[in-house]
Parts: sequence; structure tokens; C-alpha cells
Amino acid sequence: MSLFLRDYLNVVWFGLAAVLVAGLLLGLAAAVRPSNPTREKLIAYESGVNPVGMGWSQSQVRYYVFALLFVIFDVEAVFIFPWAASIERYGAFGLITMLAFIILLLDGLVYAWKRGLLRWV
Amino acid sequence: MIAMLPVPAVDPVLDTESWWWQPLAIVGLKVLVVFIIGLVGTMFMVWFERKIVAGMQNRIGPDKAGPFGLLQTLADGIKLFFKEDLIPERSDRFVFKLAPFLAFVPAFLIWSVIPLGGDFTDGRDGTVEWFGQITRVQLADPPVGVLLVLALSSIAVYGVMLAGWSSGSKYPLLGSVRASAQMISYEAALGLSLAAVLMAAGTLSTSGIVAAQDQLTDWHLLSTGVVPFVVFLIAMTAELNRPPFDLVEAEQEIVGGFHTEYSSIRFALFFLAEFMNVISMSALLVTLFLGGPQPLLIGSFDLFAVLGPFGGTAWLLLKVFLFLYVYVWFRATLPRLRYDQLMDLGWKVLIPVALGWFLLLAALQLGRDNDLSQVGYVTLVIVCLVVLGLGYLLFTAAISVARRNRDREGAAY
Repeated sequence: MSLFLRDYLNVVWFGLAAVLVAGLLLGLAAAVRPSNPTREKLIAYESGVNPVGMGWSQSQVRYYVFALLFVIFDVEAVFIFPWAASIERYGAFGLITMLAFIILLLDGLVYAWKRGLLRWV
Repeated sequence: MIAMLPVPAVDPVLDTESWWWQPLAIVGLKVLVVFIIGLVGTMFMVWFERKIVAGMQNRIGPDKAGPFGLLQTLADGIKLFFKEDLIPERSDRFVFKLAPFLAFVPAFLIWSVIPLGGDFTDGRDGTVEWFGQITRVQLADPPVGVLLVLALSSIAVYGVMLAGWSSGSKYPLLGSVRASAQMISYEAALGLSLAAVLMAAGTLSTSGIVAAQDQLTDWHLLSTGVVPFVVFLIAMTAELNRPPFDLVEAEQEIVGGFHTEYSSIRFALFFLAEFMNVISMSALLVTLFLGGPQPLLIGSFDLFAVLGPFGGTAWLLLKVFLFLYVYVWFRATLPRLRYDQLMDLGWKVLIPVALGWFLLLAALQLGRDNDLSQVGYVTLVIVCLVVLGLGYLLFTAAISVARRNRDREGAAY
């Protein structure tokens, strides 16, 4: 295994340890806790009244719009981080290229803003 | 031409071909110690929050279990072990059981890249010697440690999101949709304010970022201007779903939010993850902006010099502690935001501010590093203005095309 990946191996060990501990907690609890489910206990909570309709109700589309907008900045982050970490190497040329890229993506945000997509009605 | 940089150094203890017990023992020891720190820290944080909020509200708070009520969290945890674990009949059983893991494991993993100690003063690289091996006081030091943290906080969104969705109930679903929209909105601002730090440090490795903050004036809190720090602090509070951004579990509106249907130890896992995230993200904030284990020297006097090699750890704990207090303070003082205010703050204030500040810093940094001639500066400014103008033209074109299409096809809204 390359040296580069060995550090990630540590992270994997740690992740496995975390999964193990969570599993142990759940397993231990399963061994000691009572289990006496009745029909009433398993009904979905709806402030004490019987649930109406499906649990998976439709939610508003405006949440979805924000998720789409987020993609703009996720793409941006992918390119900004490596550039920011080694900004001197790319100099003025890098700055202008990056400026053009950021402004292109910002156009997307400003467009959404102008069209009122950021307004929470 | 762009010169090739050497591959950033990894933890020196792993840089060996002769694998014997020392490297394995060190890695094992680190895993164990970081794990214990995480769990004990979380226990302490729950107690601390309850105690401080109680103090601010003129109550006593927990004081029965152990000295000063310190063992209250443990008592609550043990109680939860003996509680019945209910899985609602309309839930998606597999995802319902998976979600607590998705929340809990990333919360822990953030700890693995935080430098927990070591001597970074005077340009030292923070390595220590254990069992005759040179190593770092952090579990792993990947060259892109900061990206790893961002990736993990993205995975944590899945935990919340799937927990709410799989419950098959309305309040959790609402809570999880709110949570995912809020967390991704503020993640954008978080990332952009982070970019300013990366630019100042010139590296993505967490130990490298700490090493870059040697003097007080090098602390990224000051060297990037205070703006990225403030943006990061606000975005992080929202990312953690802490008050005043706790719309995800706004009790008055949606009961418990995404964990309404969870009971027993599954609920405890979410609870643990939430508080562990508070501590680990505070540690990240300290690492990025306040120099992590770097001492705050008064003249040349180091407050924790008496602790010797543990001085760095003591400084880190002190700084983290400060931010834990700030979070509790936020909770006790600030009323919860409305959802539209939350979105406006994220998209219309924090993101433009963070992005604008980042570009400003980039231009300043380049101006400092390259001694451009007078002509060079003028050309640079002109080119930038041309790019800005082109962007504006593109924008107006997009608006007019959209309007034309709407007129032709009839507006949907």
C-alpha cells in the first residue's frame, strides 16, 4: 500500500471502531431492554391523534430548489480549494481564470435570486 | 511553468517498511485515546450545557448524580439502555436502523484529522517521539484533511435526512427536509470561508494549517481578516443545527424533528453524535482560525509551559472550551430564526460576503507575492473589469432569453 493511502487506513480503522462501538451499544441494549410492542405503540406519532394519510407526504418544491442551487457551490468548491491552496503557483493568470469561472457560477445564483427563487414565500 | 511540489508528508510513523509492534501500538493507542476523549468529552459537554443554561436561567441544573451532577449524562445513558426500542410499523426498517450509524460514525471520524497536541512553535512541525518512533499527535494526517472533514459533514446530512424519511411519519419527514436544505445551504458558505484559510495556509493538511499559524498575527483569525471567521462560526452553528438555527428540531412546530420516532439507544446515538459534532467542529474551528495547539504567548510567557509536552493539548482544550461556552451562550440568548430568515441569511448574506472576501484576499495575496509593474497592475485590473462586464452581459442575456421563452410558452408562475 502506498504511503499516501496509509493515513487513510488509520481513518478506516477509526471508522470501524466507531461502527463497532455503535453496534456494541445497540447489541447490549437489545440484550437488556424489555420488548413488548403493542399495536398502539407502533403507530406513527401525530400529536396523539390517529395518523392521517401516508407518512410520506409531499413536501414543498422550494426545498428542492435550494438543493439544486447548492450544486453550484459544490462544483465551485471542488475547483476553488486546490486553487486556493496553491495560489502563488498560478499567479495573475490563475486569478483571472478563476474570476471568470466564479462569475459564471455566480450568474446562476444571481439569476435564481432575480427570478425570486430565493424568496421564501 | 508550474513546478512540481513534493508530496506532502504523512504521519512519519507510517513511513517505514519494517512493520513491527511500535507503529501498530501507536496507531492502536491513538485510536483508543481519541475514542475516549470523544466519548468523555461528549458526556462532559451535555453536562456543561445543562449546567450553564441552568445558571443563565437562574436554576440549579443537574446536581444529584456524582459531584456537581457530573455523572448525569452517564445516568441518562444507562437509563436509555433499559428503554423499549420501538420501530414504527410504517417505517422503512432497514434505513431506520442504518441512519443512527450514518450520524454517529462521521461525528467520530472528524476527530481523526484534528491535531490534538504537539509542539508547533517556532516552525516546528508538531511531531513527538513515542516508543522511539516519531509521530504526530493526531490519528491521521492526510494531505487533504480539510476536505475529509467537509466530506464527513456531508455524510452526516444523510444520517439526519434518512432518519427522518425512514420513520414514515410527518414530523420527522418535515424535520429532515428542513435539515437537509439548511445544512447544504450553510455548507456552501462554510466551504467558501474555509477557502480563505486554505489560501493563507497554502495547504489542505490540518497539521500544515496549524504550523502556518506560528505567531499571533499569523493566526488565520487575524491574517484573513475577521470576516471568514465570523462567516465560519455562523455557518457552523447552522451546520450543527444548534440554536438559534435549530429549526430541524423546533419542538413547538415539529416535535423532535427527525428523531421523533426514535427511542432507546438509537435516540442516544443521535444525541451523542450531535454533541460530539459540537465538540469536534469547535476543535476544527480552533484548528483553522485560532492556531489549534499553538500557545498564545504573552510576551514570551507561555501559560501552560509547566505542562511540558502536554502544553499544546492544554491550549487546544482551552480554546475549544471557549467555543463550547459560546455555543451554550448562543442557545441561552438568541431566539430561533424563522425559516425564510434562515435561508436569506445563508444565501443572500453569508455566501456573497464569503465569496467577495475570498476574491479580495486572493487579489491582495497575489499583489503581495508578485511584484507586478505599473503596466501589469493596470492590465490586471482592466482584464478583471472585462471579465466582470462579460459576466454581467451573460446575465442580462440569460434574463432576456428566459423572459422571451416565458412569453412564448406561457408562464408557469
